[in-house]
Amino acid sequence: MSKKKRRGSRAGGGKRDSGKRDSRTRDTGKRDSGTRDSRTRDGNTRGELRTVGHNVVRAEGVEKVTGAARYIDDLRFDGMLFGATLRSTIAAGRIVGIDRDPAFDWSGFTFVDHRDIAAPGKNVVAMITEDQPFLAVDRVRHQAEPIALVAHADRARLADGLAHVTVRYEAEKPQLDFESAATVLKELAIRRGDVDAVFARAGVTVVEGTYRTGAQEQLYIECNGVIAMPGAANPDDGGVTVYGSMQCPYYVVRALRVLTGLDTDKVRVVQTTTGGGFGGKEEYPSILAGHAVLLARKSGRPVKMVYERHEDLVATTKRHPSIIRHRTALAKDGTILAIDIDLRLDGGAYVTLSPVVLSRAAIHATGPYRADAVRIRGRVVMTNTPPNGAFRGFGAPQSQFAAEVHMDRIAGQLALDPIELRKKNLFRTGDVTATGQQLKDSVAAHDVLDRALARHALVTRDRSSAKPAKKGDAIVQPHNGAARGTGVALFFHGSGFTGGGEVKLASRAGIALTRDGVRLLVGSTEIGQGTRTMHAQIVAESLEIPYECVETADPDTAKVPDSGPTVASRTCMVVGKILQRAAARLRAELGEYDDEKSFKKRARWLLAERGTVEIIEEYEKPGDIVWNDETYEGDAYGAYAWGCNIADVEIDPITYQERCTQFTTANDIGKAIHPILAEGQIEGGTLQGIGWALYEEVVMRDGKMQNASLTNYIIPTTLDTPPIAVEIVEHPYGNGPFGAKGVGECPIDGPAAAIVNAIRAATGKRLDAVPATAERIMKLITGGEART
Amino acid sequence: MKYKLHVNGKKRSVDVAPMKRLLDTLREELALTGTKEGCGEGECGACTVLVDGAPVNSCLVPTCQADGCDVQTVEGLARAGGKQAARLHRLQRAFLDNGAAQCGICTPGMLMAALALPRGASLEQIREGLAGNLCRCTGYMKIYDAVAQFLGGERA
Repeated sequence: MSKKKRRGSRAGGGKRDSGKRDSRTRDTGKRDSGTRDSRTRDGNTRGELRTVGHNVVRAEGVEKVTGAARYIDDLRFDGMLFGATLRSTIAAGRIVGIDRDPAFDWSGFTFVDHRDIAAPGKNVVAMITEDQPFLAVDRVRHQAEPIALVAHADRARLADGLAHVTVRYEAEKPQLDFESAATVLKELAIRRGDVDAVFARAGVTVVEGTYRTGAQEQLYIECNGVIAMPGAANPDDGGVTVYGSMQCPYYVVRALRVLTGLDTDKVRVVQTTTGGGFGGKEEYPSILAGHAVLLARKSGRPVKMVYERHEDLVATTKRHPSIIRHRTALAKDGTILAIDIDLRLDGGAYVTLSPVVLSRAAIHATGPYRADAVRIRGRVVMTNTPPNGAFRGFGAPQSQFAAEVHMDRIAGQLALDPIELRKKNLFRTGDVTATGQQLKDSVAAHDVLDRALARHALVTRDRSSAKPAKKGDAIVQPHNGAARGTGVALFFHGSGFTGGGEVKLASRAGIALTRDGVRLLVGSTEIGQGTRTMHAQIVAESLEIPYECVETADPDTAKVPDSGPTVASRTCMVVGKILQRAAARLRAELGEYDDEKSFKKRARWLLAERGTVEIIEEYEKPGDIVWNDETYEGDAYGAYAWGCNIADVEIDPITYQERCTQFTTANDIGKAIHPILAEGQIEGGTLQGIGWALYEEVVMRDGKMQNASLTNYIIPTTLDTPPIAVEIVEHPYGNGPFGAKGVGECPIDGPAAAIVNAIRAATGKRLDAVPATAERIMKLITGGEART
Repeated sequence: MKYKLHVNGKKRSVDVAPMKRLLDTLREELALTGTKEGCGEGECGACTVLVDGAPVNSCLVPTCQADGCDVQTVEGLARAGGKQAARLHRLQRAFLDNGAAQCGICTPGMLMAALALPRGASLEQIREGLAGNLCRCTGYMKIYDAVAQFLGGERA
């Protein structure tokens, strides 16, 4: 296709945009003002943004719609073996022996257990704490813990091999309940003002509540999978290469270095097209890659390990279950005076990323509300269940579920309108958060509320069938039609790593000049969210060249620098900004050009002059961010995204099956670099939140997931999905590229609370937990008795 | 056992065990890896192909059952040399334009399921028709937009 034609298709994208306003209203007036602000700040010389803010063609879109994109299970290498994992069948105990059946024909099999890991390698998954082995040595701490590995050229023979290995255990009593668990993996406290003094004051109203959330599976449709092969640069260099489905190739490099004792240049990791992550491919691929590497090094052959769904569900990480207690002191008019929160997360059997999940949960635990006195105490405890880990939102969905259901409880107890109560306490510019951060820039809490309310009024007027009942009015009337209710939730989400995290990461990203444009050198991964497209737009706009002139290097650690992990809503705001700075430097080196043709002329001149032109920039902390990791005080995040959800639900009076009939969400993301991709993030995150609220339940028995299949771990289908009306709000952030903040995680922080608040409005009864399954609603309404 | 399949308009013969899943025959014997496996139990629809025009979960269909049948997979949609956007099928184009493919793993199955829908299908018919295809990225809204654009029906 000619260049000319492609540019035409971009213009078409712009046209489509205007057509879209009817079905997915976006306030274009607002967006334009955001554009003006960001243009001034970014020093763009021309009159309008040509690429940023437009719906360009997705970078890897054609491969994905034609089936040409190669995911890990689509790859094969000569001589490749398939690997499988022998897992613990008890939740806790000592391993007495691992016996291979001597009568079984082991020829053609490769067998690995912990004895195959030798110095200088270490049998430890390098993460925060070195407590988790790749393969269990003398004890297991959870069901499905990996103990040994087998590989064979014939995938069908793997089960046979596994069946001929016996593990002898001395079982111990497992700690399965996290409420009573005594082993604390991490504890922290956030303190501001004198909370006890406020609670002791005469005349304050105290409202208390306890809230619970369950585990949730990320449920990327592509299961975890990798292929390991001997050799980094070439097959005989003693190194190792791993291809795989993952979010963070450099996390895998680090884990493999520790496992093998190899130097960094001998460990190469290549991300293949990845079929969803949502946090589930943040830390787990390190373990799986380690297993495949052990088999590949022992057999001298490429080894593919791709989990089947059942194994992926029983063995990999989930969202941390939580119990959160709130105690709030209020003035009569509803002003929040003090907030006291105690939160407890179930970490599972190993530390993994739990301390960081706890930290994010705690920092967001007040919700977007101000109080002069705040105390947040958090702990994550150990249980003998598979380790919980990263999942979109990273603790904030749990803690803000509690905060927002608690706000409705406060409204009920003080007989205040829930919206007015929120408006009175919502953060405004200049307010101070629990960690003592003064919010100076891009505070949109009130705006997202107003925009969501206005949009919701519009959509519900249009859909008379989903007309909500007046708040609190509807009570379930047996055999008399569905009970209906509307609930609201407000939330915020810090973009990027917490506190000094970005400084420690020191992420790098850059740009290489080519004869026809530029190539992005970035370690951030495309996992469906649109990284490649969005980064290319930022660089194209900064260089004032067509989007089509920007390509992206393969996500191969031999080719791209460490841009930090693709997590924490940081890929646009933080890594995008690094790329924008690299573009500015490249522009300065190129000198004057005024169109694509003269740009290419300058590019070729510079290449002829220097051979190669590569500009790598490193993260630079904005000067006004101050954080103290010891006291947990200061600017926890450079910027926050803001959101407001309004949910309409109805409950069947006979079956108690609840259904979300309409969902409205307003999300401030600073600037939508690509409006359709940004909406896609918001719609997708929202639906995962709705799934967590209504359907998704991980049923554990004896420390093992019992519903480990898609037949009975239910994620929303099209028929479960309500219409989702999205309002994109753009309050630009000065240190983000073109004003952009994080978008990926914020949308999942609100839906569960909005839905539970709507259930309360529909039934008059308060459910303080998710998932709100039909069984739980029935119990709530009937007190546990099935009605006859 | 030898079976004859008519795959994307071409006659193909395969020699496989009768109960080999059609999904594996397509991926392993015919190197058509566009069709994906998401669950292996007929719940997610990532492996949807059309057999004699009807959408099926190819992980639940033994190859022997497809003997002599017409099988359409995602690879058959774009015209030859289908890596180029200009030769995309209109439904593929609609998926691109509307942001209906994010991670892309459900996309081949979603496309094949949508192809079986009637022209001018209502939003309710689209939701019903795609209810066997799970997507974890999009929240489905963009998929409705794309399919409605293709079918000339009502948009979400």
